[in-house]
Amino acid sequence: MTWKEYFTSSIGKKLVMAFTGLFLILFLIVHATINGMIFFDDNGEMFNYYAHFFSHNWIIRIMEVGLFVGLILHAVQGLMLTFQNQSKRPVKYAVNPGNATSKWYSRSMGILGSLLLIFLIIHLRHFWIGTKASLYITGEEHNLFEEMKIVFSELWVVVFYSVGVISLCWHLIHGFKSAFQSIGINSPKYNGMIQTVGIAYSLIICFAFLMMPVALHLGWIQ
Amino acid sequence: MEHTTINLKLKVWRQKNAQDSGRFENYDAKDISTEMSFLEMFDVLNERLINEGQDPIAFDHDCREGICGMCSMHINGRAHGPWQGTTTCQLHMRAFKDGETITVEPWRAKAFPVLKDLTVDRSAFDRIQQAGGYVSVNTGNAQDGNALPIDKDKADASFAAAACIGCGACVAACKNSSAMLFTSAKVSQYALLPQGQPERTTRVLNMVAQMDKEGFGACTNTGACEAECPKEISISNIARLNREYLSAQLSL
Ligand code: SF4
Ligand code: FES
Repeated sequence: MTWKEYFTSSIGKKLVMAFTGLFLILFLIVHATINGMIFFDDNGEMFNYYAHFFSHNWIIRIMEVGLFVGLILHAVQGLMLTFQNQSKRPVKYAVNPGNATSKWYSRSMGILGSLLLIFLIIHLRHFWIGTKASLYITGEEHNLFEEMKIVFSELWVVVFYSVGVISLCWHLIHGFKSAFQSIGINSPKYNGMIQTVGIAYSLIICFAFLMMPVALHLGWIQ
Repeated sequence: MEHTTINLKLKVWRQKNAQDSGRFENYDAKDISTEMSFLEMFDVLNERLINEGQDPIAFDHDCREGICGMCSMHINGRAHGPWQGTTTCQLHMRAFKDGETITVEPWRAKAFPVLKDLTVDRSAFDRIQQAGGYVSVNTGNAQDGNALPIDKDKADASFAAAACIGCGACVAACKNSSAMLFTSAKVSQYALLPQGQPERTTRVLNMVAQMDKEGFGACTNTGACEAECPKEISISNIARLNREYLSAQLSL
C-alpha cells in the first residue's frame, strides 16, 4: 500500500488526528506554563521576559510553523471527517440512544472543535496578529501583559474566552484518551494511567486558562 | 416466574423495497406474554396481519438463540433493544411495560441498505470477511493439536474476538456507521494465533481497504459499538486493528 493510500484510509486519518492532537496537547502545556507566569503578580515582568524569549528564539519560531501546520491539519481533517461520517447514514434514526451508549462529549468532537476554531480565530486576532505584525514590520515589541489587561477588561471577552476554554476541556477529555486508542495503545497496563493523566491534564490546563481572563478582569493581578 | 400478558403499541418502519422511501406505521400488539421473545411478539403480530390479508412485517431471523446475528432491529433507539449483551431474539417482552409504545427501526447505514421493512443487506460484511478473514490451510491430515503451542492469554483474547456473530449492531449503534469493531474482531481473531501469521499483513490491509470501499464511516472512539455489541467485543480490538494496520504499513 502506498503512503497516500495509508493516510487517506479511515485508520490513517485517525492516526493523523491522533498525532496532531497529541502535538497540540504538548503545545498547550508550554502555552499554559508561559502564560501562567502572570500569576506571579509582578506586573507581568516574568511573563513578558519569557514571551520575548519565545518570540525571538529561532527554534521556537520553526516549531511555530509546525504548530500551525498541525493545527490546520487537525482542524481540516476533523471537519472533513465529521461531514464524511455524517453522510454514511443518509436516513437518520427516529429514536436515538442519547447518553446510554456513549458520552455526549465523545459524540460532539466536531461541534466542540468548531467552537474552538472560532475561539482560536478571535484569540489570534487579539494576541497574535498584531503582536507579530509589529514585531516583523516595525520591530517594535508589544507589552503583552498590558495588552492582556486591556483585552480582558471587557466582560464579553471574558465570557467568550470562558466558553472557549470549557469547550477545550471537554474536547481534551475525549481527545487525550482517544489519541492513545487510535495509536493502538489500549491495555489494562496503561488504561488507568491514560485515563487519570488525561482527566487531570484537561482540568489543570483548562483551569489555568480559565483563571487568566477572570483574574485580569477582576483585577486580582495588577 | 410469574406469567403476565401486556398490551403494547408498536411503531414499525415499513418500506416496500430498496427504492421505496418508507414510513412508520402503528400497530397494536395485544395479549403479549412477557415470556415471549421480541421476535415471537412479531410472529404473533404477523399472524394477525396475514389473517387480515395484510402484508406481514419483514424481519431477519434464523437461529433465534443469539448465534447467527440475523435479527437486526433498532428498538427504542437501541441496537437489539434495551438489554446489554443480547440479540433481539434473546430480548424478552418482560423488558417492556404494559401500554408502552415501542419504536422499531431497521439498521441505518449507507453500507446496509434496507431491502424491505426491517431487513437490511449486510453483505458488505461478507465482502470484508472475504477480503482476508481466513487462513490458508492446505488439505491433508489435521496435525496434532499440541504441535502448535499458543499462549493462554492470546488464545482467550482470540476466542473472545471470534465470538463476533457479524450482526452489524456495532455499525447500527455508531454515530459514524463505522464497521471498525466488526473488522477489528475478525482481524484480531487471526492476528493472535500462529495459524494467522502467514497472511497477517495482507489480511489487515485488504480487510480495511474493503471496509472503506463499502462506505462505512471512520471510527471516532465513542465506544457505542462496544456498549451495544451482543457478544461484548471490546474496543481494545480496534486498538489492535490500528496497531496491526500501522505495523503492516511499516513492514518493508
Ligand atoms: S462486533 Fe459485535 S456488534 Fe459488531 S458485528 Fe460482531 S457481534 Fe455484532
Ligand atoms: S436470530 Fe440468530 S442471533 Fe437472533
